[in-house]
Amino acid sequence: MITVKKLVKRFGLKTVLRGVDFEVQPGEFVALLGPNGAGKTTFLRILASLSRPSLGQVTVAGHQLPHEAAAVRARLGVVSHLPLLYGDLTAEENLRFYARMYGIADSQLRITEVLEMVGLENRRHDLVRTFSRGMQQRLAIGRAVLHDPEVMLFDEPYTGLDQDASAMLDEVLKTVAAKGRTVVMTSHDLARAEDLATRFDILSRGVIAASAKHEELQNSNLLSFYKEALAA
Amino acid sequence: MNITETRTAAASQPRQGSFIKAVSAVVWKDLQAEFRSRELFSAMLVFSLLIILIFNFALELDVKTRQSVTSGVLWATFAFAGTLGLNRSMAIEKDRGCMDGLLLAPVDRSAIYFGKVISNLMFMLIVEVIVLPVYSVLYSINLFQPGLLLVILLGSIGYAGVGTLLSAMSVQTRTRDILLPILLFPVVIPVILSAVKASGGYLEGLPFEEILSPLSLLIAYDIIFIAVAFMVFDNVVEE
Repeated sequence: MITVKKLVKRFGLKTVLRGVDFEVQPGEFVALLGPNGAGKTTFLRILASLSRPSLGQVTVAGHQLPHEAAAVRARLGVVSHLPLLYGDLTAEENLRFYARMYGIADSQLRITEVLEMVGLENRRHDLVRTFSRGMQQRLAIGRAVLHDPEVMLFDEPYTGLDQDASAMLDEVLKTVAAKGRTVVMTSHDLARAEDLATRFDILSRGVIAASAKHEELQNSNLLSFYKEALAA
Repeated sequence: MNITETRTAAASQPRQGSFIKAVSAVVWKDLQAEFRSRELFSAMLVFSLLIILIFNFALELDVKTRQSVTSGVLWATFAFAGTLGLNRSMAIEKDRGCMDGLLLAPVDRSAIYFGKVISNLMFMLIVEVIVLPVYSVLYSINLFQPGLLLVILLGSIGYAGVGTLLSAMSVQTRTRDILLPILLFPVVIPVILSAVKASGGYLEGLPFEEILSPLSLLIAYDIIFIAVAFMVFDNVVEE
């Protein structure tokens, strides 16, 4: 579903990604872990077609970036630590706006369905700026799945959430966003990543330093695997 | 909470949004949000009224002098108020990451540019519609001449066209509030100068042949600036 070969990303003289090779099979949930500044967000922004690769090949859902970016974006949902929602529009208006941008037919039905999925049906007419951070993040997930994408990218979705809100987001991520989809998630929360993901890739110094499937970690935990990968 | 996903056939096959639909969606969204908050509009309007009021008190003018300074005062007012609006309009997109939301939509990115241009232009025109009668009363000048209104429309189109592109650039910096006027005013000078000349011509009652030259320049600059912005917007907003 996602294939990345020898990906290099430079910002001026600074090289952030130094030849990343990365592959995700359909239905996989990959947690991309790494220290601050490792290039996780940059990598996800390239997959989301928000940033151009300096060198290398990136293919998402059978379409190559950056040449087929519009086709990739139609099959992609993105949830980041920012909600990508307008505070002065209601929850329903925000979703209606994105439904129009994605050319979704019968958008009213889909909007109602999505609001029910993320548990915000009763708040559909409330302005987003009156929502708590947790509610905004749930609506952000609703926005991201509105067009029923094949691939989901989560960039630190738990940032700024308290324990209760994180637990609620867990459920929405599992049952709404990730179910039946291919997912790549960056996170610093190893416990949540271990609970959600089927594979763990460690991005360090601009390359994938280690990769392990969930079942391969049975004798150790994710934290020790993470530490070993960074120490190597 | 019902969190069971039941995908509809309607949503299962996303279609690429058409250009016009995307443009109208961006305009609708901007107008709807502004209708509710009135942040951008009220800032522009109050600023514009203050400027013309200050000029009115600062310059004790006779009728003839008033006619000669009117086009300059009007365009200075529109330009400064327009900068406020452009900054705010793009800051709204940046603050909650909404610009990324727009860029993630499977539409031609120039649709986002044209949507923002149209909404910025509409905000400018609404402010101008209110400022013009106030100015007419304060300065005892009839500004409701079809030719002058056409010049104001053309000048505003050029200003919003260039301003939207440059505000998309400046909003990505920490010093966005001060950077936009520094970037915008040197670039937009041809539009402002042509608009001032053409407006002055109409106010002084010059024959159309004499106004034609700045008017043609204004139209040419509008077309050139919007065409260039259309071509480079994608590169400006993408990292």
